[in-house]
Amino acid sequence: MTTTVTTASPAGTVVLDQTVAARAPWSAVVRHGDVLTIVDLHGNQAVDCLLYDAHDTSERYSAQDTVAAQGGIFLTTGSVLRSSEGNPLMTVVADEVGRHDTVGGACSRESNTLRYGHHTKHQHACVENFLIEGSRWGLGKRDLVSNINWYMNVPVDPDGSLGIVDGISAPGLSLSLRADTDVLVLVSNCPQINNPCNGFDPTPVRMIVTTPAEVAGV
Amino acid sequence: MSTATTAGAREHARAQGGTVVDCMPIIPATSAGPDLTWAETIPGGGYASKRLARGTTLKLTDLHGDACVSMLIFNADEPWERINIADTVKVLWQAYVGEGHLLLSDQGRVLASVTTGARDRSDTFCGTTTLTSNTLRYGDGSPQSATPAGRELFTLAAAKHGLTRRDLPPGVSFFQGVRVGDDGTFEWLGSAGPGATVQILAEMPVTVLLANVPHPLDPREEYTSSPVEIRAWTSSPTAPADPLWTRSPEGERAFSNTADYLTARGIR
Repeated sequence: MTTTVTTASPAGTVVLDQTVAARAPWSAVVRHGDVLTIVDLHGNQAVDCLLYDAHDTSERYSAQDTVAAQGGIFLTTGSVLRSSEGNPLMTVVADEVGRHDTVGGACSRESNTLRYGHHTKHQHACVENFLIEGSRWGLGKRDLVSNINWYMNVPVDPDGSLGIVDGISAPGLSLSLRADTDVLVLVSNCPQINNPCNGFDPTPVRMIVTTPAEVAGV
Repeated sequence: MSTATTAGAREHARAQGGTVVDCMPIIPATSAGPDLTWAETIPGGGYASKRLARGTTLKLTDLHGDACVSMLIFNADEPWERINIADTVKVLWQAYVGEGHLLLSDQGRVLASVTTGARDRSDTFCGTTTLTSNTLRYGDGSPQSATPAGRELFTLAAAKHGLTRRDLPPGVSFFQGVRVGDDGTFEWLGSAGPGATVQILAEMPVTVLLANVPHPLDPREEYTSSPVEIRAWTSSPTAPADPLWTRSPEGERAFSNTADYLTARGIR
C-alpha cells in the first residue's frame, strides 16, 4: 500500500512513516534519492543524528568535514552532510527552523556527571540510545562520533563561550534530508532533562521517508 | 660502492647509519636533553605517534610558523575511550582550546590538559583534511604524494596502534586559528608565527597521534606546511591541590572521575 504525503514536504511515495517515542532510539536505511523528513511534533525536541554509508559503515558523518566544507557551523537548507572521507551522505533540502547544531554532540551518562553532577549518572542519555540501536547494525562504541543535533540551538559567543540554550523550533516544524547514497540513519530522540535542548520535556518526533516522483520514475 | 653482492649491499646500507637530517627522531631522546622521553621533528606533511605515561609533558614547537598539528588522543590501555571534541568544548563551555583547557574523553575523564597554548591559535571545529578534499584542492592527498591529507596520515598512525579508520574521531588542531562569527561562519586567523608552543600534560596513560598538514581552511593556494618539533619529559599529573583541578566545577568532576578510574585500576 502506498499513500501520498500531504502534510510534510516533499511530496512522494511514502516508504516509511513512524513516530519515535520520547527518549527512544530509531534507525533506518534511507535509499539513495529518497528523502527523510523529521517533524518536531511538539516543538524544541533535540533529535541527535548520526549517518553511515549503509554499505561501509567505516565511512560515517563527520561534523568537522561538513562544517569545514561549508565554511560555518550551522546546518540549514543546502547544507551537505559529509562523511569522514569528505563525501556527501545527505543534503538538507528543506528546513523550517533555520539552523541546527553540529558542535554540541550527544549527552551521555558520563558527560552528564560532569555537566550536572554525579546524581545524573543513572539517567538515560543519547549515547545509550546510539549504542543500543547501533548494536543492531554491528556498530559499537568506536563508531560513535560527533553527531548532528536537529532542532538544538548552540550559539558560539565572540569569546568562544558556547552552550545549549533555548531552542528556536516550534510544534510541527520539519526538515528534510535527501540521501546522496544509501545511508544508515541512527537517531536518539534526546532524553535530556537537565538543559533546555528539549524544553525540559522530551517529546515524540515523526520520521517520514518518501521516494520523490522523479526518483520513483512516476 | 657496489650493491651487486650481499656483502656490498650490507656495506652500502650500513654506511648510511648516522645520517642527520632536519626531521627525524633523536634516539635516545636524552641525547637531545637530559630528561627527555621523546625527541622528534615531524616534517610538513608528516605524522608521528607515541604511547605516553601518565604525567608526561608533551611540548610542540612550530619551528617556522607554518605548522598545523592535528591531534587525536586515546586511553592507551582501552583505546575505545578517546577524545570527544563535543564534550571537550561543551562541558567546559568554551570552543577555543588553550592554556587550562582539558581534553576530555567520551567517558567523562581528562585524557590530557593543555598547560601552554594560545586559545586563538587552535581549532576544534574543522578537523583535518581528507583524500577527497586534498585531491580537489591540491590534486592529490595520498600519503606518497607531496600533499598528504591528515586523515590518510592518521589512518597510518592509528594502524601502528592496532586501530583503524573506525577509530578516528573528530580531533583538535594547534598553531592555526579559526574564529566563529555570530552567523556561524568561520574567520581564518592563521598562524602565531615561528616559535609558538603548545604543551599537553598526560593525565592518564595515553596514545597520541599527530598529523602535521595544512588546515582545511588554509587559504593559500600552495600546500604550505613546515616542521614541528616534539619534546616530551616526565612531570607530575595535575593534583587536587593544583589550581587547574578546581578551575571549574565541570573540570573538577572530570579530574575526580579520572582519579576514580585510575585508583580502581591500581594506577597512581
